[in-house]
Amino acid sequence: MRIAYFPGCTLNTTAKGFDNALRASFAALGAELVELPEWNCCGATFPLLVDNMLDLVAPTRVLLAAQRQGDRLAVACTMCYNVIRRTNNRLRSDADALEKLNYFIEAEYRGGVEVLDVLQILRDDVGFEAVQAAVKKPLTGLKVAAYYGCMVLRPPTEVAYDDPENPHALDDLLRALGAEPVEWPHKAECCGAYLAVKSKEATAEMSYRILSSAQRAGAQAVVTNCPLCQFNLDKQQLDMGRRHGGYQPVPVLYFSQLLGVALGLDTADFGWERHYVDVRPLLESLG
Amino acid sequence: MRKIGIFVCHCGLNIAGTIDVQRVVEEIKKYPGVAFAADYKYMCSDPGQALIRQAIADYGLDGIVVAACSPAMHEVTFRKAARAAGVNPYLTEIANIREQISWVHQTQPEEATRKAIETIATIVEKVRYDEALVPFSLPVVKRALVIGGGIAGMTTALHIADAGYPVVLVEREAQLGGKMRQLSGLYLNFDAAPDLLETKIAAVMQHPNIQVLTNAEVVELGGYVGNFTVKISSRFQVPGYKLQVPGSEIAQSGINPQPETLQPETLQPETPQPETFTFDIGAIVVATGFDLLPKSELGEYGGGRPPDVIDGLQFERMLAEGEIRRPSDGAVPKEVVWVQCAGSRDPELHMPYCSKICCMYVAKQAMAYKQRVPDGQAYVFYIDIRSQGKGYEEFVQRAMTEYDVLYLRGKVARVFEEDGRVVVYGVDTLSGKAVEVQADLVVLATAVVPSAGARDLAQRLRVSTDEYGFFSEAHPKLRPVESLTAGIFLAGAAQFPKDIPETVAQASGAAAKVLGLFAQREMVQEPTIAFVDEELCAGCGLCVAACPYEARVMHPWKPIAVVQTALCQGCGACVVACPNKASSLRNLSTEQLLTMMEPVL
Repeated sequence: MRIAYFPGCTLNTTAKGFDNALRASFAALGAELVELPEWNCCGATFPLLVDNMLDLVAPTRVLLAAQRQGDRLAVACTMCYNVIRRTNNRLRSDADALEKLNYFIEAEYRGGVEVLDVLQILRDDVGFEAVQAAVKKPLTGLKVAAYYGCMVLRPPTEVAYDDPENPHALDDLLRALGAEPVEWPHKAECCGAYLAVKSKEATAEMSYRILSSAQRAGAQAVVTNCPLCQFNLDKQQLDMGRRHGGYQPVPVLYFSQLLGVALGLDTADFGWERHYVDVRPLLESLG
Repeated sequence: MRKIGIFVCHCGLNIAGTIDVQRVVEEIKKYPGVAFAADYKYMCSDPGQALIRQAIADYGLDGIVVAACSPAMHEVTFRKAARAAGVNPYLTEIANIREQISWVHQTQPEEATRKAIETIATIVEKVRYDEALVPFSLPVVKRALVIGGGIAGMTTALHIADAGYPVVLVEREAQLGGKMRQLSGLYLNFDAAPDLLETKIAAVMQHPNIQVLTNAEVVELGGYVGNFTVKISSRFQVPGYKLQVPGSEIAQSGINPQPETLQPETLQPETPQPETFTFDIGAIVVATGFDLLPKSELGEYGGGRPPDVIDGLQFERMLAEGEIRRPSDGAVPKEVVWVQCAGSRDPELHMPYCSKICCMYVAKQAMAYKQRVPDGQAYVFYIDIRSQGKGYEEFVQRAMTEYDVLYLRGKVARVFEEDGRVVVYGVDTLSGKAVEVQADLVVLATAVVPSAGARDLAQRLRVSTDEYGFFSEAHPKLRPVESLTAGIFLAGAAQFPKDIPETVAQASGAAAKVLGLFAQREMVQEPTIAFVDEELCAGCGLCVAACPYEARVMHPWKPIAVVQTALCQGCGACVVACPNKASSLRNLSTEQLLTMMEPVL
């Protein structure tokens, strides 16, 4: 299986490990992610603009690039997924908007592309059973907290491919890898997202609530699919001990990294050095 | 030849604003057979009707066409007026020039006027060949069927039975009592629900005019107001009872008129044997009550998974049993949170409507909790407090002031379980602060929804429901206890969420409507139905299959089809089906229809 792939800016820079591990794992599972030959920013924070059409230009260009490659687009960054998928929904249901944007970008996007999250593809196209069959180094004994953030779940009617109140796709994947996902209540709680820009304190408290809950549930690591959540949860821990005495940091990983480990791939370019809380000791303890 | 009078109504400007009524009168006067034509501002008014009566007397008219609004509106009015002046009501017809002409062709006055003239001419042709008919009189079966044995159904049944008419009360469950059976003390004075209920149940069971069928459901309905035929399936036989049921075609065992239904164990025979009974019924009251939206629907409040997140009825059971202990570990909960509007007033995810009863029962439950656990803390999250009722607002105030129930104005965002407690994320919009409560027990005031199976029943009864499945009343203000189907009435939460006082009031209203119907000696039926020309009928039976109302049967011995006048609705399906032209409709014969087409061709 080959599928057009949009990495997005974060996976090209700070989350390079997410990207490398993802491509390698997909290839090992016989599903090739083919990066769009030409792509631009998904639009991310453009919705903050006053003009309510201009924010659709960037994602429409991404959809146009995908249209040249086929009818399905795999997106890894959850924010990009949310933006591109919702733009696509709008263009499919609003003929006026589609016409205006096509006129503006001097092209013809026809609305035929299906926007899919990479985890969704793993579940529905590759299949978790196939993943389980391909595991070479099961993560036996590793207790993990699956953390989904909000971008692949909300708004439910537009983007969710999982139960928005009690998601389990990531838990199911981790179970297929041999790990033991813990039952905890904050799977879909907000990490604070861009609130970090305005109030570091508020974000720190939100991260603490999530991380401490995961650890109380017995998790040795938090596993996520969202680069922004990973960044917030990982980095906030640097000075969490100052606010909450006795706090012990917990590694925050991307699911693709654990997938690559379990598939027995070479993990040299998985970006371990970029993590604020070092993941390696935990992985080494697994043997 | 028939002398026909034409009466053109202006309906203020509704008609006259578009149609040139003077021209209509002048043109139609020239039409053959028209002996008189006039227009008037409001034909339905007293002076308008007087004009019709006067013209009948002055010109000796024996056919009337009123060109006005839809016949659904005033056909009865004008037929009465004509009858008062000595013209057979079935020789009075309406030409609808409002709904079908002036309202829909407002921008084309010229064409509208022409269409009005042609339309009136077609009705003149109809009246020319109309017969002077006499309505049928049919007996009213003075036995009521009440569906649902909760407080609504029992109240209705008792009122009707007290007035001396027999009632068949059908209850799906093994016992009477409905949802009220699950309740503890009731607001406003903590009266014990079981006591009130047992009195009612005993009264119903001992009433000589009430036949109770438990474990039973209505499976089929035929006929119409005054003359329904109802098939009821009882899932279980009641051992030891063989009873002749008056009015039941199949009088067999299974009907239990004695208070034994109070003990469910006597109702569970070892091998259930469904049986079907058929009753002749004059009027039906639907009182099927409500259910609560399942907690599993409320993912944001735990989706039914945490054991210590319960719904209002579960808390009622705890109150009724006396001790308040949380389900997970049996501990007495010291911090209890009530979440109002759980699934109600939530157009994005759940039910957009207000479930109406929750504000009051939550206040009662919080007070009852404080009576039993005085050192406990009760929280209530609310959007608004809706305490409209005599003494209701004072009652809620008592919860706040005398019982120190902490009312927090705001919605609850999430409820989840962690470390053996139930965590509630909410907001207090009055102080503008996020609120987090570590609770021992959370009670969700889940939305009130129609009882399971209400939609199926509605289909079987051919009664309409609203988009949520609540039975639709005939008019939201003026006919709140009637359904849109004649002879079928509504009581209680089957129509919309209601508390006990309001349910009892509506149940009494429904009983009054039934008694009003039973007070008539006989039902009058429109004579404009189908008939069979015995000379032409070959007895092929095609019409029997074509009739959607089961109004057509074969004659017991002659090779002809027969119309069951009580069931015929005059739809005309048999006329189309008949190859011999033996089937025909009174005052809408094939010949009439063809003549009526001539003016417009």
